[in-house]
Amino acid sequence: MDWLFEPFQHVFMQRALAACVLVGFLNGFMGGFVMLRRMALMADSLSHSLLPGLAVGVLLFGLAPAGLFFGALSAALLVALGAQLLSRGSRVKEDTALAILYTVAFSAGVVLLSFVKVRVSLLHYLFGNILGVSNQDLWVSYGVAGVVLPLLVAAERPLQLLLFEPSVARSQGIATGFLNVSLVVALVLTMVSSLQAVGVILLLGMLISPAATIYLLCDSYAALLWGGGALGVFGAVTGLWLSYWLGLPSGACIVLVLGAIFCLAYLLSPRYGLLPKFWRSRHFHQESLARWEKH
Amino acid sequence: MGHRLRGNHRPFPMNQHSLQVDDLTVSYRRIPALHHVGFSVPCGSCVAVLGPNGAGKSTLLKALAGLLELETGSVSFHGRPMRGANQEFAYLPQREMVDWDFPTTVRGVVEMGRYLRVRWWRRFSKEDAAAVDAALEAVQLAPLQDRQISALSGGQQQRVFIGRALAQEAHVLLLDEPFTGLDQPSQESLKLVFKRLKSEGKLLLISHHDLQSVPDLFDRVLLLNGELIAAGTVAEAFTGDNLTRSYGTRVFSGVNHGLAV
Repeated sequence: MDWLFEPFQHVFMQRALAACVLVGFLNGFMGGFVMLRRMALMADSLSHSLLPGLAVGVLLFGLAPAGLFFGALSAALLVALGAQLLSRGSRVKEDTALAILYTVAFSAGVVLLSFVKVRVSLLHYLFGNILGVSNQDLWVSYGVAGVVLPLLVAAERPLQLLLFEPSVARSQGIATGFLNVSLVVALVLTMVSSLQAVGVILLLGMLISPAATIYLLCDSYAALLWGGGALGVFGAVTGLWLSYWLGLPSGACIVLVLGAIFCLAYLLSPRYGLLPKFWRSRHFHQESLARWEKH
Repeated sequence: MGHRLRGNHRPFPMNQHSLQVDDLTVSYRRIPALHHVGFSVPCGSCVAVLGPNGAGKSTLLKALAGLLELETGSVSFHGRPMRGANQEFAYLPQREMVDWDFPTTVRGVVEMGRYLRVRWWRRFSKEDAAAVDAALEAVQLAPLQDRQISALSGGQQQRVFIGRALAQEAHVLLLDEPFTGLDQPSQESLKLVFKRLKSEGKLLLISHHDLQSVPDLFDRVLLLNGELIAAGTVAEAFTGDNLTRSYGTRVFSGVNHGLAV
């Protein structure tokens, strides 16, 4: 069993493990909401808009984690809420507004980056480096998880009404606009807390794949959220472990593991998988027989 | 001015609850879709909301559900003024508006009707479970309660949402085109469910397209065409004359406003 536990004897690996558990669960849980609300592309744009925020953070505060955190947070929030505002007041749809805002923000980020002297560190924000997680980064993740998770769990039912059918939810008296904005804020917070671990580009995979996998396996909303969280933890820890033994980048390993699990579910899920369709009989034989004899 | 009062304002017996709408105007981007509509209908009836495309049928239902801002007018129920969304009125969307792949079962959707009655952090109580059971029974979906909702027929899908409204203990059900695309047997079973709800004193407002089936399915009609053309029982309001005025002429459409009847 040494091969299993040996990596985690190092302090940096223990820190990375803690980060994996936290970030994996938070992303997996959040992913269910993002998928059902069809915000995956929105999440993608928002993750890109984290970059200019990081650049501004570096310019203003240097490489202090707090500065980076607030830089990224405010940039993504500006883009997300700006898109909502833009689309509400005109005929421009939200995805269009988002595309304009995030490319503008991203370009601003690229321009700003040319003023930043420390280049290496920002590269690692693109792909993440969970082995370099500091205690401060961990505290940020703890803080975000401590705020976001309880709120999401508490609002699980109203959120379900919103995700399933917004107009019915609104007619029941639910403040759908407020819930929507809260969901976007929670999404941005989750993404910012995962920056250090998997980076701007890869965090989308960590967010969406666990939920998409569970979605193929069951028909329960609660299972989608909690199962997504659990799968997120499993994928992150497995990815970390693999990256230790194979000497590969950790963020990429995590996303690859989650992607592989998704592929398995896509192919083999008993209910919604591709392959079981072939080896199952085409219809319920007994049922059709009973029906046939009745007529 | 006179035509605004043509709506049925006959008071119903004191002991009979009713929905009363007065002088209701709703606009989209300053263009009125419903113009000074007033009517009242007693509970325990099944009301067809009729009119050509763009007559404001969906708008009326959405306005009553609290989904649209009322520009003028008021809605009162049991003599109490209603403002905005509430639990007494349940809105049922058109079937194509719903994501049927949502990870939930028939029972799950009906349970959603209870969500606002149960505190966020509380579990479902026995009464809640009983209310859900009763709702499933009423819409005849108890045997299918564990099915994922995409594995249902069109009529069953309609009934799931009715079950949700019942679990919510809503008194007024606002249904947007529930009969559209249903075959005869599904239509019949939906009709049976409506009959049962009526006998329990619920009020059903249902937008509807197929004029032929109106006498069979409904006991009252609201004829709209941007404004109220007629309201009343099928016998008194569902007349050829009223139909011509609703479907035949463009009574109100902004430009030829002045030509209104």
